[in-house]
Amino acid sequence: MNTQTIHWFKFASPQNFYYLAGRMWPWFAALATLLAAVGLWISFFVAPTDAQQGEGYRIIFVHVPASQMSMFIYLVMAAWAGFGLAFNTRLSGMMASALAPTGALFAFLSLATGALWGKPMWGAWWVWDARLTSELILLFLYLGFLALQSSIDDPRRADKACAVLALVGVVNVPIIYFSVKWWNTLHQGASVSLTRSPTMASTMLWGMLIMVVACWMYAITIALLRVRNIILERERHTEWVKHAVE
Amino acid sequence: MAGANGVGKTSLLRMVCGLAPIESGQILWNGKPIHAQSEVYRQDLCYLGHLNALQESLTVNQNLAFNAALAGNAPEPAQMREVLAHFGVRGRGEQLVRHLSQGQKRRVALSRLALSEARLWVLDEPFVAMDEAGVRMLADLIAAHLGKGGLAVLTSHQQVDIGAVPAQMLELRA
Amino acid sequence: MKKLGMLSVMSAVLRREVSVAMRQKGEVLTPLVFFVVVASLFPLGVGPESALLLRMAPGVLWVSALLAAMLSLQRLFATDFADGSLEQMALSSTPLGLLVVGKALSHFLLSGLPLVLMAPVLGLQFGLEGRSLGILMLTLLLGTPTLSLIGSIGAALTLGVRGAGVLLSLLILPLYIPVLIFGAGAVEADAAGLGFGGHLSLLAALLVLSAFFAPLATKTALRISLE
Repeated sequence: MNTQTIHWFKFASPQNFYYLAGRMWPWFAALATLLAAVGLWISFFVAPTDAQQGEGYRIIFVHVPASQMSMFIYLVMAAWAGFGLAFNTRLSGMMASALAPTGALFAFLSLATGALWGKPMWGAWWVWDARLTSELILLFLYLGFLALQSSIDDPRRADKACAVLALVGVVNVPIIYFSVKWWNTLHQGASVSLTRSPTMASTMLWGMLIMVVACWMYAITIALLRVRNIILERERHTEWVKHAVE
Repeated sequence: MAGANGVGKTSLLRMVCGLAPIESGQILWNGKPIHAQSEVYRQDLCYLGHLNALQESLTVNQNLAFNAALAGNAPEPAQMREVLAHFGVRGRGEQLVRHLSQGQKRRVALSRLALSEARLWVLDEPFVAMDEAGVRMLADLIAAHLGKGGLAVLTSHQQVDIGAVPAQMLELRA
Repeated sequence: MKKLGMLSVMSAVLRREVSVAMRQKGEVLTPLVFFVVVASLFPLGVGPESALLLRMAPGVLWVSALLAAMLSLQRLFATDFADGSLEQMALSSTPLGLLVVGKALSHFLLSGLPLVLMAPVLGLQFGLEGRSLGILMLTLLLGTPTLSLIGSIGAALTLGVRGAGVLLSLLILPLYIPVLIFGAGAVEADAAGLGFGGHLSLLAALLVLSAFFAPLATKTALRISLE
């Protein structure tokens, strides 16, 4: 085995990952803060006023990153889940559990900002647009994951059951999205696309991109912090935890 | 296997069956790990746990037939009658399991062993709550199984004499 | 002793479920009654205006059928889990996935099929007629097996868990949405002159997909619950 392989699997142990995560998270936190500051500055001060939508459109700088993150985190969660089931590692399940609440938060944020945008634009707090409806269903999938996790007492069994759920969910997400689009077009409902804009000034694109990366850094920070807590809780009967907590 | 309550005998037996995950170590059957040959292993295995695995709303015969079917077997009615008689529940084939006493239900559960063609029997405290005749009968059944070249792994609180058969005793301690 | 092939064992599972159901007829009838009651709640909630009811009918009937089918899912594995039969099934020489298909099939026969047969009666109450009723029945016929298959995943995941009933609903209702959309949409599409063939093919595709993948997920979940 070359050193690369040994190095990788060393961190599959919760104890080692705990210390690694402890050293990594401040960096991500710093990046997140920096990028968020830059991104928000661009979105509120630098990006020009949109010709059609006025100032209100600026909320997409939060809405778009939030939706993208909610989807992306679900994929990462499902990946960790699959990994955990295939290789029977404890840490993978912990990572999936650490990511879930953040993913749910982003999904909720996406819906809330969507509503805040919709009200001044189209006069309604909620429209059954294909994207918003899919986002709502994604939130349900996250809530289901969290509910299943909290209902099963044994953490190992909870992780494995949630892993199956996450994998089933990830397979279903494209199907759900497709069927919701179909439903939407069939009923000729409000087919407003909250992210489609005829022309996007480059500053707007940059602003959004920076916000997306900022959210990414934030998600990693929170996940690392949360997984450290989960590790401490699950491994509390071991020697090294007793030392670490002193 | 012997050991005090709660030391992990049932857990170990379930690991032997492949139901519970193994933290460390391996379980080999015919030299290969059991998880690498699940289908073959299960064909050779007959497990009797604490629970009877009897559907209360069905008759004794229906339950016996189903349990045998899970093992891939279809016993003749005459065979089932004979087995039930041997286990002291003669003539109760068409009765609903719900109407049997606890002891009778346990005997019906045990009769699965007589209809099984598996080489490995894994029994979790089979002698518990059995009267002397029952214990004798089960011991003879196990002895016959061993005589035909079978293997039995069982846990027990009591000392039971299974005749002059090579046996290995494991004592589990916490 | 005579040996049984895998499909025979699967049908043994099916026959066992049906035998048990025959002795516990109440358990089969309750979801059916629930279907009728829930469907009847909608007119009571929105008013008896016939044009509105006619428009709502496919959606309402589909949602009610979906909820009724879900009611009986909890019992799919729970009794067997409690009496040790599920363990024995997991140790059977027949693959657990096949046994799961037998279970799901029995759920369809005992839950789904009665709903399919009951639907026209309710449809008439909503003003649906002839052709629309036929299409509705067809969509339910194609859709309810899928509901049973997907539902078995939820039933397996929540075995022996606190608050299993409601949790099961929360887990699988989002997964039911595609079936609902295509099932209910077919009648409306046909009424609008757009034809229902597309919807039916999509329902059939969902059925095939779930027939392949759901047993895999369910059997994994069952083994996890049995650990």
